Amino acid sequence: MERLHSRLGLFSALPMLVVLGLCFLAPLVVVAAFSVMPRKVFDLAHLPDFSAYLVFFQQGYYKPLFWSLGMALVSTVILFVVCWPLAFGMAKVFRRFTLVLTVAVVVSLFVSENIRLFGWVLTLMKGGLIEGHWRAFTGEGFESPLYKVPIIIFGLVYVYFPFMLFPLAQGIAMVPDDARQAASDLGASKWQILREIDLPLAAPGIVVGSLLSFVLAAGALAESKLLGGQTVIVIADSVETAFTYGQDWPLGSALSMVLILIIGAMAIFGISRVDLDAIIGRKR
Amino acid sequence: MGASRTTRIVLVLYGLLAIFLLYLPLVSITFASISRARYLTFPIKRYSTDWYARAIESSTVSDIVTTSLKVAVIVTLASMVIGFFGALAFARYQWRYRGLFQKLILLPIFFPQTVLGLALLMWFNSIGVIPSWKTAVIAHLVWIAPIATLIIAIRAYSFDPALEEAARDMGASTGTILREISIPLLMPGVISAGLFAFLLSWGNFPLSLFTTGADSTLPEWLYAKMVSGYSPLVPTVGVLSILASAGIIILALVLAKLLRRRAGTA
Repeated sequence: MERLHSRLGLFSALPMLVVLGLCFLAPLVVVAAFSVMPRKVFDLAHLPDFSAYLVFFQQGYYKPLFWSLGMALVSTVILFVVCWPLAFGMAKVFRRFTLVLTVAVVVSLFVSENIRLFGWVLTLMKGGLIEGHWRAFTGEGFESPLYKVPIIIFGLVYVYFPFMLFPLAQGIAMVPDDARQAASDLGASKWQILREIDLPLAAPGIVVGSLLSFVLAAGALAESKLLGGQTVIVIADSVETAFTYGQDWPLGSALSMVLILIIGAMAIFGISRVDLDAIIGRKR
Repeated sequence: MGASRTTRIVLVLYGLLAIFLLYLPLVSITFASISRARYLTFPIKRYSTDWYARAIESSTVSDIVTTSLKVAVIVTLASMVIGFFGALAFARYQWRYRGLFQKLILLPIFFPQTVLGLALLMWFNSIGVIPSWKTAVIAHLVWIAPIATLIIAIRAYSFDPALEEAARDMGASTGTILREISIPLLMPGVISAGLFAFLLSWGNFPLSLFTTGADSTLPEWLYAKMVSGYSPLVPTVGVLSILASAGIIILALVLAKLLRRRAGTA
């Protein structure tokens, strides 16, 4: 039985392994190779040259990186605070409303993110849905919040909301009601239950949700372009510029590599700590 | 521990607020799409459906819709097959590298899509493949096939391994077991994975951005128009694309209901 299972397991994993090997791992190796390629050569058979990484420091490319990571961090923290009560409601309080909320959030995911962000531009711009109606009603307009840093963070929070909400709800669902009841019977305050029971026991969901939001937000491009105009250049933006306008592949690859290494380290660290059987099925 | 009535009401209101904010931008887009003016300002004074007529007549729009459709259909079919087997390896068979496989599948999901698209562009370039809508299919697949696997895996966890073992004890071959037991039992999961795959591919922008070459998908075309200045066609085509997604969701729900009714009477 065991031998049969290991043969069947490998056989069924094969299509996916081929796709991931050829179209995920191999491209990453190519990016790494290009990042140490001498400039204007377009050939991989050369001695490695780390000058592209030097440019990263010399020409201030760490600034877009800091912006991306900083805004990703802030939006992840905001997302956690915003989503926690709702996820708690979905896991422990609501009955039918959990389904309504789940369907509503999932369906919104199917609309392309740039259409939704463009919708916010139309909502918030001067003469947009809010300001336009406000002015028609009161006769006085106000400054549009667009093209500033807070609105980019708002965009990140908006787009990655489902990626925090669902893992959190799944994590909180793993907290046994008995444990909360027992703590409450023993005289624990609401705050103590949250800190001592809910947060540690829902940790897998918290890890997955935070990691997912942070990683996706750190590589995001459309939010800063559409809502932020030219206020902030994010790392994905400088990577794109290096490839398209700059035609500087080594630099673009080096920039991507820095982002890939930071995000990859976080993702591998987080994923290795989580028991997938427990989250996705089985021991619920 | 039952929450108090007030907590429940406050949380429901909070949930309704979240849904309202999720859909508010779509409300703006819908109004913008039926505004008659070339330059949009709210409140809208004159409504018209001219822009819809123009969008539907436009040959550029029908080209990009065809491209998006081709990509989404192929991605859907491929993800259903890859995801079906992937889910068996993920949840059902106890094999040696299962833990590693589970984690490997998550990596592309935990990866910035724009960067993945760029990495693929460089990969295609270095092996001499010219990017077109076909390479976009590959790009979408790297991200969507793992998601399809996870969706089918949820279903695979809940089915009883004893069923397969009983069939094997009675002499059924692996092929027969697959056909008679695994496929019918996982079918609902496979179908919802297909639905997700189609809709995610249809709406995906960051993966298409670098991998479509000279072709263009719907979200990509919309983005290019948005960045280069306002065009009344943007909200119109945006709404049409949303309507297409909505239509497919409704169709899927109706089909699911019909199938369940037939299964119930049979």
